[in-house]
Amino acid sequence: MGNTIKFKIDGKECTGEEGQMMLDAAADNGIYIPNLCHLRNSIPAGSCRLCTIKMNGRPQAACTTPLTPDCNGMVIESNTPELIDLRKTIVELLFVEGNHFCPSCEKSGNCDLQGLAYRFQMMVPQFPYTFPPKDVDAEAPKIYLDRNRCILCKKCIRSVKSDSGKNIFAFFKRGAKLEIRIDHELAASLTDEQALKAMEICPVGAILKKEIGFKVPIGKRKYDTKPIGSDIENK
Amino acid sequence: MKAKLESIIKNYKNDPNRLMDILLDVQTEFGYISSEAIQIIAQQTGLSKVDVEQTISFYHFFSFKPVGKYAVYLNDNVVANMMGRKEIAKAFEQEVGCKFGKVTADGVIGLHNTSCIGMNDQEPSAIINGYVFTKLTSDKVKELVAAFKAGKKVDDMITTFGDGANNSSTLKAMVNNNIQKKGAVIFSEYETGASLKKVGAMNPDDVINEVKASNIRGRGGAGFPTGMKWEFCKRAKGEHYILCNADEGEPGTFKDRVILTEKSALLFEGMTIAGYAIGASQGILYLRNEYKYLKSHLENTLEELKKKNLLGEKISGKDGFNFNIRIQFGAGAYVCGEESALIESCEGKRGEPRNRPPFPVQKGYLNQPTVINNVETLCSVVRILEKGSSWYKSLGTQGSSGTKLLSISGDCKNPGIYEIEWGMTIKDMLTMAGAEKTMAVQVAGPSGRCIAPNEFNKKIAYEELATGGAMIIIGQNRNLLKDVVLNFTNFFIEESCGSCTPCRSLTPILKEKLEKILNGNGREEDINDLERLGKMMKTLNRCGLGQTAANPILTTIENFREKYESLIKATEDEKIYAFDMAASVQESCAAVNRKPLLN
Repeated sequence: MGNTIKFKIDGKECTGEEGQMMLDAAADNGIYIPNLCHLRNSIPAGSCRLCTIKMNGRPQAACTTPLTPDCNGMVIESNTPELIDLRKTIVELLFVEGNHFCPSCEKSGNCDLQGLAYRFQMMVPQFPYTFPPKDVDAEAPKIYLDRNRCILCKKCIRSVKSDSGKNIFAFFKRGAKLEIRIDHELAASLTDEQALKAMEICPVGAILKKEIGFKVPIGKRKYDTKPIGSDIENK
Repeated sequence: MKAKLESIIKNYKNDPNRLMDILLDVQTEFGYISSEAIQIIAQQTGLSKVDVEQTISFYHFFSFKPVGKYAVYLNDNVVANMMGRKEIAKAFEQEVGCKFGKVTADGVIGLHNTSCIGMNDQEPSAIINGYVFTKLTSDKVKELVAAFKAGKKVDDMITTFGDGANNSSTLKAMVNNNIQKKGAVIFSEYETGASLKKVGAMNPDDVINEVKASNIRGRGGAGFPTGMKWEFCKRAKGEHYILCNADEGEPGTFKDRVILTEKSALLFEGMTIAGYAIGASQGILYLRNEYKYLKSHLENTLEELKKKNLLGEKISGKDGFNFNIRIQFGAGAYVCGEESALIESCEGKRGEPRNRPPFPVQKGYLNQPTVINNVETLCSVVRILEKGSSWYKSLGTQGSSGTKLLSISGDCKNPGIYEIEWGMTIKDMLTMAGAEKTMAVQVAGPSGRCIAPNEFNKKIAYEELATGGAMIIIGQNRNLLKDVVLNFTNFFIEESCGSCTPCRSLTPILKEKLEKILNGNGREEDINDLERLGKMMKTLNRCGLGQTAANPILTTIENFREKYESLIKATEDEKIYAFDMAASVQESCAAVNRKPLLN
């Protein structure tokens, strides 16, 4: 609805709309900037920090950088060795911070974290695993929460609300002890549709709908056939 | 209980934006926030239960379980430990009969650790039921615990009062100002209201221009040009607000505490002038919970100012010049010193820093244009308008006009508050504070730099060594890595809000690597890793906390690398494990009655 903004990402000429977030503008121009906590058309979280780019040399998160007239002519770096290394490091941090056993996980093949690990060719993380004691919350009738896999992206907090607009998911504690909690009073009235939506919005296997498992077999899932980001890159 | 709860919530008009105040009152009244209380609060404010719980669980001083009829919060920062905190902690545990982190079985006494409480010049210090106890000794601890067991009132346990207003009709505190040096701006003589009178006759834009002309920069640590901030805010459309950042959480900083004690009228006048300049009629003083003992003292000043017509409606008789100030207490979170986290806290939420843009001057408190200034900045503005920007620029240096309050502590003869002109060298500062054989100076707290003697000729100024005021002097006999760097790194881990992956997960990894080196299991590559990974923190994190969390490690590797290297025992060929193999298998070997075969 506003002015067109012209800028360059990794040397490629791009255009975007004033007010649009850099991450979305890049995607519209066929450039995939890796991210885990981004939800198009929702308030950006700016939490995972994977979408860190450099704007005229200054590091910023692309998901929280709006296009303004000042961005005209801006030179943006995204796929540089340094930034790729930083992104790979973040993925490694997420792996060692939780307990991610891909071989037994329902989300395997549909998982953004796993997809990115493959993209960055993560073999063995450079950090020691922390093996934190985390638990599973299976109290809600239609969904369960596996905190071992949660990457604290806040997608559930931002998207899943009760009919009266209240938060069903919320944070608890802070820092390295941060975790997600479910309001069980409100979660008890989730419909099947809402439960499915919660599962789909979660980028990893942390929120799963009860009573479905491996409906789509391993090998036929999203990222089994096309790597993560290819839907944007092959525009 | 239900009736009391409901009256508390009603007091704040059931407004979820006032959740912090509701929780503070409930915590103070009941000693904890029960699940029944949470249910009622959620019901009345329209929030979900998990929403209320996410705010409670974020702040250090809110608790789901009773904190003890006598809740002792013992400061655990670097200088407290330098001044003998370990013995005090041991004395408490011995006398009370439980460990730190626990409450006695009868619920009478709770022992809790806490981050820097702003009393560095009079350590070891503690807060007990909101009252501050300084310069603790083992004998005093015995006395206190006996008084707890006898059921005495905590304020009766304060037997000595401090200097200045700490011993006055509005305040009786066991806290000393220790003003060692008064300067031309903050601590020089001033007649309350003189500037306000002048300002009332000025055009608000001219007020802003005068502040701009003075070149004053924020005194909280970030150093943003104040006049520019006011101008940006004024231009933005909406309902304007003035917020004063009195969170003073940076360890080693205690200068705002002294301003709030001795010069509260000056501060409130500064807020009022700021309100006039940008067109705000509401001000909020965000005050750290650890300074709660100043509450009635500050409220008294507000009352006095209203009586003198320097606050409230029709200030100085001028129609339309209305300004009111309320005090918003924090609840224990260093990150709330970050301006956008502070705003979140004012809105009753977790202190998670916001993504910028938009900046507070465009969308701040309640998404309205907001100016947030440090206590010292607002006080300085009053004097600038009184004596003029040229006078102000005559003080300090070309790049840093005016004076700066330093809060100096650590290994020196005269810790306390010094008001200096910008431009003093560290060397002269050390002489001034009575420091000898100084090994290092921590400039600007853990988020600043740890410098070695080869930098002592540098000047204290925005253009050379910037600081919000904290200066911790570390003597030669201290173990820099163990006593300072590790403590500071633990601090950042404790205080991280947890939003951003690198701040939340990488800092603990850095800490483990540091401990690996301290335990003698380190290799040269570990030092290089600390540097490489530490630098990522600046690039990746959203806010100042995350961006500076690795500074204690990075600046000491830069300036004291030999201290790290002296702990590296292994040569390239030797096998070094990140853990002690023999110790690790001890427990399992004992369980099956075997002796480990490793040497």
